[in-house]
Amino acid sequence: MSHWIILPIILPALLAPFIVLAARYHIGIQRTLSVAGAAALIVLAAAQAWTASDGTITIYQLGDWAAPFGIVLVADRLSTYMVLLTSVLGFFVLLYAIGSKWDARGQHFHALFQFQMMGLIGAFLTGDLFNLFVFFEVLLIASYGLMIHSGGAVRLRAGVQYVLYNLLGSTLFLFALGAIYAETGTLNMADLAGRVALIDAGDSVGIRVAAVLLILVFAVKAAVVPLHFWLPSSYAEAPGPVAALFAIMTKVGAYSIIRVYTLIFPPDLEVTAGLQGLWLLPAALLTVAIGMIGILAARHLDRLVAFSVIGSMGMVMIAIALFTPEGIAAALYYIAHSTLAAATLFLVADMVRGGRADLALRAEPALPGAALIAPMYFAAAIAMVGLPPLSGFIGKLLVLDAAIASPLVVWIWAVVLGTSLIGLVGFSRAGSVLFWKASATPPAENAEPRPAPGALAYTAVGGLLALLLALTVFAGPAHDYATAIAGQLFETGDYISEVMETPGKLSNPAEGH
Amino acid sequence: MELLVASAIGVLTAAGLYMVLRLRTFPVIIGVSLLTYAVNVFLFASGRLTPGAPPILTDAEVYTDPLPQALVLTAIVISFGMTAVVVVMALGSYLGADEDHVNDPPPADPADAPSGREDAA
Repeated sequence: MSHWIILPIILPALLAPFIVLAARYHIGIQRTLSVAGAAALIVLAAAQAWTASDGTITIYQLGDWAAPFGIVLVADRLSTYMVLLTSVLGFFVLLYAIGSKWDARGQHFHALFQFQMMGLIGAFLTGDLFNLFVFFEVLLIASYGLMIHSGGAVRLRAGVQYVLYNLLGSTLFLFALGAIYAETGTLNMADLAGRVALIDAGDSVGIRVAAVLLILVFAVKAAVVPLHFWLPSSYAEAPGPVAALFAIMTKVGAYSIIRVYTLIFPPDLEVTAGLQGLWLLPAALLTVAIGMIGILAARHLDRLVAFSVIGSMGMVMIAIALFTPEGIAAALYYIAHSTLAAATLFLVADMVRGGRADLALRAEPALPGAALIAPMYFAAAIAMVGLPPLSGFIGKLLVLDAAIASPLVVWIWAVVLGTSLIGLVGFSRAGSVLFWKASATPPAENAEPRPAPGALAYTAVGGLLALLLALTVFAGPAHDYATAIAGQLFETGDYISEVMETPGKLSNPAEGH
Repeated sequence: MELLVASAIGVLTAAGLYMVLRLRTFPVIIGVSLLTYAVNVFLFASGRLTPGAPPILTDAEVYTDPLPQALVLTAIVISFGMTAVVVVMALGSYLGADEDHVNDPPPADPADAPSGREDAA
């Protein structure tokens, strides 16, 4: 039993209360602890990803209870990949929050941030559906605090909408879990995979309802149209670094769909055949269209970026909805790309906000520090829209390539290519209004000079852009690894036998203990 | 008994959904609470209804599945905490903006409207 699988959850879980209790009034100590924790998380996540990269599945039984009686954490290629992505994103977002002094504009930013990391990482590592629900709640309740960090009436109102929408999502999740438990008598993912496969196809009403409820919940998290309404307001009103961190939250929904609908309800399963493929792909196409049209229609930069998140989630969902190894591999590559690109854009939008009255897309005098902010905006926008040479182009190419075998290939190609053009126009218009027309607008006479962003803020955004560049340069190895992850996902036998056959307490119920 | 539990879940869910669709935050929060009650009863019933039996594996012939009871406890604690959070946030929002509509207010200047009007729900 390797205890270090649970370390990435334990570390932020201990750090957060320590920050609240011991370093409450010392922002310097909070920052040091938080950054040290985030850096340690990267090391842990990288070590776990390295261990899992050769196909090893490591499990951790909490309290040494054997599955399905106890909760297990499972570190396979997919979960360690997502944990690594989360910890890297968290580190740079944290640097930006410190560099832009967002963390000092309210109480407890660092503690909430650590709890958020704990929830995210736990959701990726757990091998139990109810535990997934609990980690969803951990990350949500931390996100409620982060979302309304530093307050304000507009932000609070958006926060209330966000919380209410997510409470409804959580209720739906519980209904789905209850239905699954009533049908199968277990909530362990590996055990479920075995039991769902045994259900008679003629007696499948309950499990079909449960499968659809579950995918609805994950679609809410992943902001799939028509369940995306919570996203634009909350991401646009959240503080910049928080919105950047939220870029990974939609991916939790995508991850859950990949995990549950390859392991428990695989596409070739007779009981739930045709449930997800039928409408998930059209919904994903609609998501891309709504997102990209939203980019063109947005009048504020923060809303524009929020809609680009919806659009990129649509791309991810198109690739997932194919439910082929090639599609999942493309989705995994696109998940990494879109997380980094969206986070960069949110941070750039926050830098722009610092130099203007608001983020409305109208010409105003030049921003302080525009010489660096403008190229950063354009690099991130190029990546997000999917123009060569950055990773968005490669990601879209992979999705289009994976879609060739689909019966809807004409629709997919038409929607993806058409909406890319719309997104391109939207991003270029916003960029030229914000940065180019600025030089033609003279500053007001009595305007106070606004401060330019600090060096640490630039470093954080630059770091994210460097990661995007690395994802582009090493696209070959990255895609090979994504293919390996997808291969492991479709070979569910290893996962199930590793979880179910590892001995622990109660692994032989007849013995009593 | 099955009829009673099933109709209780149904009525609670229907009432909760109706309240959630209201315009002001207070009825919406009540609606969410009703929905969480409904889901708690539903979770409890997911282990089958076995009255008068111990919720533990014993040598007795009849016992109740203990797991849904543990799940319900977790769900109750979480939904209680979440309701408290949303009440505090709704109060803060009401005191800050001096009105408690759930949706975004119409913009004073139509030209300056936020782009995503459809997210007003």
